[in-house]
Amino acid sequence: MLTNRSKVVVKKEMNFWERIYLPAIVGGTIITIKHLFRRKATVRFPEVKREISAVWRGQHVLKRDEHGAERCTACGLCAVACPAEAITMTAAERKKGEEHLYREEKYATVYEINMLRCIFCGLCEEACPKEAIFLTDRIESTDYSRNAFIYGKDKLVEAVDKRIDVTKRQTPAVLEFKKHKLLSHNR
Amino acid sequence: MIALLTYKGILVLIIFTVTLAVAAYSTYAERKVAAFLQDRIGPDRAGPFGLLQPLADGAKFFFKEEIIPNVSNKTLFILGPSLAMLTALMTGVVVPWGNTLWLDGKEYVLQITDLNVGILYVFGVASIGVYGIMVGGWSSNNKFSLIGAIRASAQMISYEISMGLAIIALILMTGTLSLREISLQQAGGVGSDWNLWNVVYQPLGFLIFLVCAFAECNRTPFDLPECETELVGGYHTEYSSMKLGLYLFAEYINMFISSAVISTLYFGGFNFPFMNDLGLSSNWITVIGTGFFFGKIVFFIFFFMWIRWTIPRFRYDQLMNLGWKMMIPLAIFNIALTGLVSLVFK
Repeated sequence: MLTNRSKVVVKKEMNFWERIYLPAIVGGTIITIKHLFRRKATVRFPEVKREISAVWRGQHVLKRDEHGAERCTACGLCAVACPAEAITMTAAERKKGEEHLYREEKYATVYEINMLRCIFCGLCEEACPKEAIFLTDRIESTDYSRNAFIYGKDKLVEAVDKRIDVTKRQTPAVLEFKKHKLLSHNR
Repeated sequence: MIALLTYKGILVLIIFTVTLAVAAYSTYAERKVAAFLQDRIGPDRAGPFGLLQPLADGAKFFFKEEIIPNVSNKTLFILGPSLAMLTALMTGVVVPWGNTLWLDGKEYVLQITDLNVGILYVFGVASIGVYGIMVGGWSSNNKFSLIGAIRASAQMISYEISMGLAIIALILMTGTLSLREISLQQAGGVGSDWNLWNVVYQPLGFLIFLVCAFAECNRTPFDLPECETELVGGYHTEYSSMKLGLYLFAEYINMFISSAVISTLYFGGFNFPFMNDLGLSSNWITVIGTGFFFGKIVFFIFFFMWIRWTIPRFRYDQLMNLGWKMMIPLAIFNIALTGLVSLVFK
């Protein structure tokens, strides 16, 4: 009786109409027939796409800077931050003449995200000090084999001529938050 | 003689095809009705509105791997679905699909054969139908299959009794066992030369018959023989590929035939309201009547599905209580009432 929500069970004898069960069935059929004419909740997916949130966390993208060089410097903070351990990478040193390809002296030769492990929490994005990785509002495609779900740089890095807009996630407030001294990479 | 045989042969072929087509599209309708009653849209990928879905399903069944359990009795295992299918198809023989067509002064009755014991024939074949399920479930050598099969046979035997008793009241009234004559007695409906449909005289009998038809077809709320939550798949647990398809198909054919029988016995068969006031030739009335008959059948098939998505499954003891303690006394009361009323009014 602490919450005052307890109910006393009433075990009342059913009357004749309840016992013959038919009025209840008729009532049930009326309810179901009403649903026949109700608006359907289904979205015919590949043709029609459901409206999704502006900050939807979908397939990742590795950003390039304004000159088209990859921003990722293979520091590994995203891999450390990842609670699902979905990210692996191999770093390499930038050679002379590759300045237009990679922004910093170090870059990732291999950068892989296992999409089957990824839980789309967005912690990689939060950890990244170089504004290189972002989650986008794209839905990652289906496939038949497990290996196909390990996305390499070919799928993750955005094309130079086909940039992917992340302004919805990279708002001034987010940029300000990332400068916070408590974040590990700003210490 | 030859002409008669050819005509009957063609009629058999047509009805066979129509039965299969209706059963195939019942599977589609079931999925669509289920979806619509649950605010979904159902299959819509194969063809426009998913209309080719039954073909896709059928093709899928044929390409599935066929597994016959090692410990099963192979002969009976194969016999099971064939028996279910055979008996399901056999009942359509006595159903009057329409009245008479007159072409070149010759009479063409739209019924394969007008047995004078038509209803008894339907009952007889329907009771053999349980063998298909029983044999299949038993020969699978699987306890779930066996329980499903035992449930099926127990349920069908129990409900056949009250179904038969419900029919006896109708026969007391009509005085004939021939389905065609029962149809003709209800000719007219509303309008001149009117005769009311039997459902008006036999509402209780109709209700009992309807409930028992649900039980006979193993449809929800009486689908205990294949109840997934307890018995995996019931009597067809071990079946795969087209053998499973045949079992499922037989269920839909049974549904089609029982809808036809219900329409014939209680809803005027191929008769429709104002049929004598339209001033059309008898051939046209026959054709329209057949259309109406199929309309009634489609409604009852829809009703079967509508009920399926409305009422949950009974518990087994509830099923038996309903069958033995409610339906049979009610049916006997109905017979007594019919006898009394016909004694008073005739």
